[in-house]
Amino acid sequence: MTASLFLVIAGAVLVAAGLYLFLERSLMRILAGLLLAGNGVNLLFMAVSGPARLAPFVEDATDQSSISDPLPQAMVLTAIVISLATCVFLLALSYRSFQLDGHDEVADDIEDAIVRRRAEADLTSATFDEAEEGVDHDTDLAEAEAEAEAAAKAERRDAAEAETAEEGEAR
Amino acid sequence: MIEINQMLPLPVLLPLIGAGFALAFGRIRSAQRIISSVTLTLVLIVAGILLWVADAEGTQVLWLGAWPDGLGIMLVADRLSVLMLVVSSIVTLSVLVFAARSDMDEGREKAPVSIFHPTYLVLTAGISNAFLSGDLFNLFVGFEMLLFASYVLLTLGAPRERVRSGSTYVVVSLFSSILFLLAIVFVYGAAGTVNFAQLAERLPQLDSGVQLVIQLMLLVVFGIKAAVFPLSAWLPDSYPTAPASVTAVFAGLLTKVGIYAIIRVQTLFFPHSPLTDPLLWVALATMVIGILGALAQNEIKRLLSFTLISHIGYMLFGIALSSEAGLSAAIFYVAHHIFIQTAMFLVAALIERAGGSTRLDRLGGLASNTILAVMFFIPALNLGGVPPFSGFLGKVALIEAGVTLDTWVTWVVIGGAIVTSLLTLMAVLRIWNMAFWRQRPEDSEAPNRRLPVDWLFSASALVGVTVAITFLAGPIIEFTERAAADIFAGAYLTAVADAIGAVGL
Repeated sequence: MTASLFLVIAGAVLVAAGLYLFLERSLMRILAGLLLAGNGVNLLFMAVSGPARLAPFVEDATDQSSISDPLPQAMVLTAIVISLATCVFLLALSYRSFQLDGHDEVADDIEDAIVRRRAEADLTSATFDEAEEGVDHDTDLAEAEAEAEAAAKAERRDAAEAETAEEGEAR
Repeated sequence: MIEINQMLPLPVLLPLIGAGFALAFGRIRSAQRIISSVTLTLVLIVAGILLWVADAEGTQVLWLGAWPDGLGIMLVADRLSVLMLVVSSIVTLSVLVFAARSDMDEGREKAPVSIFHPTYLVLTAGISNAFLSGDLFNLFVGFEMLLFASYVLLTLGAPRERVRSGSTYVVVSLFSSILFLLAIVFVYGAAGTVNFAQLAERLPQLDSGVQLVIQLMLLVVFGIKAAVFPLSAWLPDSYPTAPASVTAVFAGLLTKVGIYAIIRVQTLFFPHSPLTDPLLWVALATMVIGILGALAQNEIKRLLSFTLISHIGYMLFGIALSSEAGLSAAIFYVAHHIFIQTAMFLVAALIERAGGSTRLDRLGGLASNTILAVMFFIPALNLGGVPPFSGFLGKVALIEAGVTLDTWVTWVVIGGAIVTSLLTLMAVLRIWNMAFWRQRPEDSEAPNRRLPVDWLFSASALVGVTVAITFLAGPIIEFTERAAADIFAGAYLTAVADAIGAVGL
């Protein structure tokens, strides 16, 4: 099967750029990455459909070698429609996140941070042995969790401030 | 004379039509509930009929549109597909009964048009399409349908927590969709078709390096969906914040669609290269790391999400063995686990209503609510693998299949499976102790609202089904053995060849 080298390279570059943007924090950049990667994949579909030939709507085309391969084109159309719907949904999600938090970043999970703090503080979780005298695991835990939540929120605020400061500098 | 295989599109078509009607009647909530319930009941009946027919007469195939020359898509219902269809119909119907009330509670002040019911029906349609599809691109479309419905359901009402965790879930799923498209590009470029049956013929003729690349890409894509370690970190971060019924359906069904896809790909395309050792190690890691994550949690729904990940490892163990006994045990475990996990999440919703929270340090003393206590305890023992329940039977079947293979890796994984089972028991007994058995801590409020009857009804129905599986385990395992024997004997391919012959290639 012969493939057009340009399509392959262009598709690969687009997919790579798109996946790089996927690793960003801001949902709008992830959306841009999604669109790039989606278009890259569509180009790769065109690459595997072989050389360009006549449009696959020719009447009485019993000779299959004279028309382009319609199946990848159908798959590309489906993928484009799905990307469109995804784009709309992500835009709505970003706007909603902006309404609620003032930014559209994908945030770290609070519970993860709490568990990590608990592990670092080397606290045990509440055990079956509730009757231990003088050792109130629950209160220690609640304190540690409250601390971890506050620390996580502070972290996020710092990270957001650092980013806006960076963007201010870049501009 | 209607042939029975013409019923194959119904599990996909009926929910889509129902979704349209439910959207049209968006302002009349009671009409929406009636439409959804009727649609899902019909789907359950059709799935039951297909189960009967597929078991009695063999794999059913339908070429949609009867295009000549092997063009077009086909729907295939072999024993594995119809079992998954029946299980998913039962689960979606029970959770709908559960969800209808919470939809009423949440919905009135928020959006004027309720999108819960249409989206739920689209989710069901996507799941059915994924189980019935006979080619890779239709599988992709099925996945996209159910993923999209899940994005909407996960962020329902869009409060802050759901938007935050929903974003994580959406981004990870979009990434897996891009990878799936790339895998389809590779498959089409290498083999010139995306039809399962034709691929099963053409893929083994390719260069083994190309085959390995395709196999690994497909395994990664479905592994992200099935939450296999190390692709599982998205699950505990996103599932617990959804509405309770939604989490129950997701936990029960969506990951199992990924497992179903792994079974299809492994058994149809790569029966000669089952990647037994790597998959066994991945299964062991999934089991152990999942359950250790569960032990570190303080909140019931997150804990259950981690046990979900851990038990996916069991199913992967059965698939990795690539023997009839292993596949049969894995299919039984899939069916059992769907019911158990959904039931546990519904009971977690009941706990939240009765106790006011799902955080273990704020709960206590729920054992006074006897119905709730029993409804938690029985599935908890089942999940933990205590005899005589179906969890124990499934694990015994898996371990027996592993023992037959008898390599040192298998023995290590069997040891890991037993340890995981004990740790699962420890995790659920921790919930029992802290939420039910001990006294309520003084500083927590005690809402102790009365549990709604329809919640109790649907949750106990699911718990009843899990107990029923225990009693019916004999016939069910015989069915899964027949399913596995079919898969290994290539009955799928013969049925498709017959169908092509009937249409007239």
